[in-house]
Amino acid sequence: MQVTSSVREPLITGGKTLKDVTHDVSRQVEGKPTLGWILGLLVAVGTLLLGSLALVATLWEGIGMWGLNKTIGWAWDITNFVWWVGIGHAGTLISAVLLLFRQKWRMAINRAAEAMTIFAVICAAMFPIIHMGRPWLGAYWALPLPNTFGSLWVNFNSPLLWDVFAISTYFSVSLVFWYIGLIPDFATIRDRATGLRRTIYGALSFGWDGAAKTWSRYESVALILAGLATPLVLSVHTIVSFDFATSVIPGWHTTIFPPYFVAGAIFSGFAMVLTLMIITRKVFKLEDYITIGHIELMNIVIIITGSIVGIAYITEFFIAWYSGVAAEQYAFMNRAFGPYAWAYWSMMTCNVISPQLFWFKKIRTSIVATFALSIVVNIGMWFERFVIIVTSLHRDYLPSSWAMFYPTLSDIGVYLFTFGLFFTLFLLFAKFFPVINMAEVKSIVKSSSEKVNK
Amino acid sequence: MKENNKTYWKGIEQLTNDPEFVKNADKEFPEFASSGSGEEGPSRRDFLKLMGFSLAAASLAACEAPVRKAIPYVNKPVDINPSIPNYYASTFASGGDYASIVVKTREGRPIKVDGNELSSINGKGVSAIVEASVLSLYDKQRLAGPHINGERADWAKLDSEVKSKLASAGAVKIVTNTVISPSTEAALAKFAEAFGGAEIITYDPISNYGITKAAEVSYGAAALPTYQFDKAKVIVSFGADFLGTWISPIEFAKQYAKGRKITKEKPEMSRHYQFESNLSLTGSNADYRTPIKASQSGLAVLALYNAIAKKAGSSTYTAPAVEIANLEKAANELWASRGASLVVSGSNDPNVQVVINAINDLLSNNGVTVDYSKPSYFRKGDDARMNQFVADLNAGRVGGVVFYNCNPAYDFAKGAELAAGIAKAKVSVATNGTMDETASLVQYVAPDHHYLESWNDFNPRKGEYSLSQPTISPLFDTRQAQDSFLTWSGDTTSYYDFLQENWRSSVFGTQSETSNFQEFWDRSLFNGVYSIASESVASSALGDISAAASAIAKAYKADNTGTELVVYTKIGIGNGTFANNPWLQEMSDPISKATWDNYLTVSQKWANDNGLKMFEGATQKAKLTVGDKSVIVPVLVQPGQANGTVGLALGYGRTKAGRVANGVGVNAYELLSLKDGFVNFAVTEGVSVELTSDKYKIAQTQTHQTYMGRDFVVQESILPKYKEDAFAGRYQPKIYKEGEFVKPSKISLWKGHQYSQHHWGLAIDMNSCIGCGACTVACQVENNVAVVGKQEVLNRREMAWIRIDRYYSSDAEVGDNDGLEVAAENPEVVFQPMMCQHCNNAPCETVCPVAATTHSSEGLNQMTYNRCIGTRYCANNCPYKVRRFNWFKYHDNKSFSAVNVAQNDDLGKMVLNPDVTVRARGVIEKCSMCVQRIQSGKLTAKRENRKVQDGEINTACATACPTDAIVFGDMNDPNSKITATLKIQEDTLSATKEVNEERAYHVLEEVNVNPNVWYFTKIRNKDKSEA
Repeated sequence: MQVTSSVREPLITGGKTLKDVTHDVSRQVEGKPTLGWILGLLVAVGTLLLGSLALVATLWEGIGMWGLNKTIGWAWDITNFVWWVGIGHAGTLISAVLLLFRQKWRMAINRAAEAMTIFAVICAAMFPIIHMGRPWLGAYWALPLPNTFGSLWVNFNSPLLWDVFAISTYFSVSLVFWYIGLIPDFATIRDRATGLRRTIYGALSFGWDGAAKTWSRYESVALILAGLATPLVLSVHTIVSFDFATSVIPGWHTTIFPPYFVAGAIFSGFAMVLTLMIITRKVFKLEDYITIGHIELMNIVIIITGSIVGIAYITEFFIAWYSGVAAEQYAFMNRAFGPYAWAYWSMMTCNVISPQLFWFKKIRTSIVATFALSIVVNIGMWFERFVIIVTSLHRDYLPSSWAMFYPTLSDIGVYLFTFGLFFTLFLLFAKFFPVINMAEVKSIVKSSSEKVNK
Repeated sequence: MKENNKTYWKGIEQLTNDPEFVKNADKEFPEFASSGSGEEGPSRRDFLKLMGFSLAAASLAACEAPVRKAIPYVNKPVDINPSIPNYYASTFASGGDYASIVVKTREGRPIKVDGNELSSINGKGVSAIVEASVLSLYDKQRLAGPHINGERADWAKLDSEVKSKLASAGAVKIVTNTVISPSTEAALAKFAEAFGGAEIITYDPISNYGITKAAEVSYGAAALPTYQFDKAKVIVSFGADFLGTWISPIEFAKQYAKGRKITKEKPEMSRHYQFESNLSLTGSNADYRTPIKASQSGLAVLALYNAIAKKAGSSTYTAPAVEIANLEKAANELWASRGASLVVSGSNDPNVQVVINAINDLLSNNGVTVDYSKPSYFRKGDDARMNQFVADLNAGRVGGVVFYNCNPAYDFAKGAELAAGIAKAKVSVATNGTMDETASLVQYVAPDHHYLESWNDFNPRKGEYSLSQPTISPLFDTRQAQDSFLTWSGDTTSYYDFLQENWRSSVFGTQSETSNFQEFWDRSLFNGVYSIASESVASSALGDISAAASAIAKAYKADNTGTELVVYTKIGIGNGTFANNPWLQEMSDPISKATWDNYLTVSQKWANDNGLKMFEGATQKAKLTVGDKSVIVPVLVQPGQANGTVGLALGYGRTKAGRVANGVGVNAYELLSLKDGFVNFAVTEGVSVELTSDKYKIAQTQTHQTYMGRDFVVQESILPKYKEDAFAGRYQPKIYKEGEFVKPSKISLWKGHQYSQHHWGLAIDMNSCIGCGACTVACQVENNVAVVGKQEVLNRREMAWIRIDRYYSSDAEVGDNDGLEVAAENPEVVFQPMMCQHCNNAPCETVCPVAATTHSSEGLNQMTYNRCIGTRYCANNCPYKVRRFNWFKYHDNKSFSAVNVAQNDDLGKMVLNPDVTVRARGVIEKCSMCVQRIQSGKLTAKRENRKVQDGEINTACATACPTDAIVFGDMNDPNSKITATLKIQEDTLSATKEVNEERAYHVLEEVNVNPNVWYFTKIRNKDKSEA
């Protein structure tokens, strides 16, 4: 444990003691559900059920329920997929990359961020399956399983197959990482609980005994997993971007995509973390743990990644012009001035212009402004994927096939379904799991020499 | 039955009264009688055994296997081998629309119609309507038997009533469309004779009365001439859509294409001028097209006459002066190509046609390109007599009327009047096969067979004969109409015998090859066609044309300011007879690319003036008023439409065609006028168009009209430039690599395929492709391509495996993206058939996660439907956008049963090609280059222990093409046509073939997907200064 200089701002405010930490976090798990939580869950489950109508209709009738057509084979489905995967980047970045960089401020937010990651990846992973024409087969045919169909094997050339590996690896590593982090905290709750709750949390905590040896192993595992997860943060969205980058479609066939997608993913992930954290800290009264300092730091990450994304947008234009390829040039002119210009300019406004407001300290330390901008960024990032996917496809090489995409109720419904699923899972997590990593946070309570022992 | 006292024993035991037997004789299952445990009944073991058995039996019975009715032949028919198709020569004829065909049958079901190569008229070419006609056979809307007053009856009753009633009806009239069958004419004559010389009235929905009438005036005999477009170096057409819908379009397209094919060795092609109001298929192929108002068309013809007469030194006629671009130029070139030029007009005005005859006479084309000595019989309709008939009918002067397979209540200008008059006849009979607009009004309907169930003969042209034979036994209780006529006239011979007798007496004698009639008959039937050669001679003109000229000067105006309606025919729907055929309804119109509708075509100027902008098929409805009639129709902005005119297609607005066609579009026949004594397809007075605020969507398969100046898609040039440089118009991308610029194909990540056996490919000549769309329907039939209906076309989900991209030119400069989207006022048009390009570096193959689309060892990109999981990644990554996804289950699905008849209806399914899978929901499909045909051809060759010969395998699209624009073949075969066409000199097994033909190019060459489909630059015969 390093000692933090007293000159630095404390990471946990309010003079919290170790006991306070345990109490503040466990209280949510142990107490009765609040009215706000119940209402929230009702809305989330309601959305889930409403969306499931669209999902069932799609599975029953076919992909024709969506607005896709002969020219535009992917639209909201893959837009949502990439968007959710992008959101799922923040958790691992915060917990793994920042762990390796010894950024202690991450400790208060990594738990929730990781949970968000996992739920976002679940939502994301739904789309590659349900967007298939025959998901009942595709769900397992896309895996390299030994089979009796003859010598049928998957096509290792296909970026979609790489996706399967990338997403599943990312999901499993994130899940393990998250769960290992939860074990000491479950043990804490177990130790405070009685009856059935004790049994359940006892089971969840895998018999954690808090011994020094156990802690040592815990730390090692966390470091190893962080080491494993760090390349994944870069690889997942890199591979997702290969879906487009390896294709021949103008606007997709772009070597800048991997870094651009990763930056965009972190950008949107942090925005989503902010959206959720700002609500959670308010509802669960965790202002002392998730401080303005956290928000400001995350906003700085948003400025950086937002600017990277902005530069990427401009670079794409430059390269399209510089390439001399007419179809490529048209694809980009069409993005900015064609029938989907509104989507492009929404994206530009939300992703490039709005984060620049965070250069003002007043704005980046304002909770209201941050909350609003975090939503704006996520809208912008959704449009980014929509712009890349739909505007590139809708007018590619042969003008005879140019078409427009109009979403249907089912498109909207399936998207709603993922929102319902995400928030349902997140609310259940928030209620039944410790939303802040108590064990880790305690280490920063200790190391900041500001505290006053009561 | 007599009581008998015989005793039957169950076995020898009963006979011998074996005690063991007697003991258990009364038990039902003596075998299961107790064993061992005495008389206590069944033992526990037996009980368990029985229980076990019952349980197993019950469970087995529960999982009942579906019954698949595959019953082998007990006695195999001689000609039918399961899975081996049989081919029969036959003839398609609907009115005067004619094609000699070969019908493919599988297990006794006709499933495909191809052109008959032996035919001197249409050759192996067909049209969309001919291709699609096989589905009409399996149409459930066909009448299943005779009907009396709308009630199902039997033939005997109908026959006796018709016979007795007609005999006492008084004046009997027979109404028919053109009959080109001599034996049918004989049967009709017999019938007419039996009923007191009943008058036979012939009319045609798409009338060419003007030409036949003019021929009578000019040469003394009412007939159509035989045209020779292939012999014409200069073709001038005034509104005649001879490539699409005019008289005998397959034949004309074939001839026309001969004059349009160019090679470096023979860089000559015909020049084609078109003067028309609507943009027709023919106009879109013209080198010079001038939009003119219908009210000027007669004056334009007269002006051309005067220009040529001046050169010839003949007398000219005064007429209002009209300023028509290119007319003077056309006159000069016609004169320069005297004897090798052709002027035609689509006008139904006899006066105009008289002048056309005079022009061709002046140009010495008579007897060369226009041959009245070899008359064609495609149209025999007489508008005047038909008009008179309607008047007679309504005046009660007609006692009995018989409609022979015609539907004048729908497709005659005075249809409504005629419909009202039918009830005034004492007896009314129709032989129509469906309860259509006319048949539903008559008392007796004696439904005729479908043509694929019938015997018949045809004489479409002097000296040209063909036969049709049944390819399936009648599906319903129908009877060939000729048999009905013979029966009613009291003749008991069957029509088959009658037909043979007729041939024996009239045709047999014209040949000397055989003296055995049976041999002659069998050979004619086998070939499908029979010709008598004759020499062409110029017919001598009868008189001067001053009467016609002055009539034209009076009837036509140079400065009509009112809106004019020009009614036209669409290639798919034609005159509306086959409107209930979903393949035709969903066929994308070659020009407008619209399906499932007719619409008012308006010029871009009109649209701008009225503030109408079409986007993705979204438009507004307009109120079209013609005289005292008005209809509400959607508006389609049509570049090339002459300002001041609007166009509307015939064949729509059917009310009793059946499930598919009812209520689609509006009926334009009722807007036609008969006031000049002929059916005038142009209404120049009393027309007004008023845009309403009602929104509407027209289902177009292509909504973007121009090719955006993309020379990597369409490469075109003009003849003078081609003569200078055979690479004219070619875009040859070069990519920088290690100090030099190389062809894109020289840089690749891939090692490249090697094809040790065959390397299939297509070569498509955009100069020959006229855009008629016969290939698209042929593909649909061959490959069981689903019909998805209007809403799904609106959703941009039509399933066509081959489409014809139609691009208009734009006046904007390259780089002006917005400007390029707008087509020119009078655009140049290019057609580009587009199907799977079977790329050797296929972008679809690399991206499929489950390897459902792979490359064959013969260069085909093949789709494994069973393996497809439907990610659509391949479709997205296809630069040609030719992959189609099964968004829904299109077969056996109620939602699509109304439109996708061939895959939903038990009868409709009989048309499916058993060699091609009907695709399931959720899989991608696309052109397979007719792999089933390739496999079958290879198998035949293998069985015969030889190599595949060039030409024995052909794709459906290439087979159907009337202009031979598509050449299919093996690029590894040094002797194949495709190798010669592409000039593949190098003898290589590599996928990358070095092609030496200058015009050949790959669409999107710079992407280096290396397709196996080559396109040839489009060359227009324009002068350099004007291109």
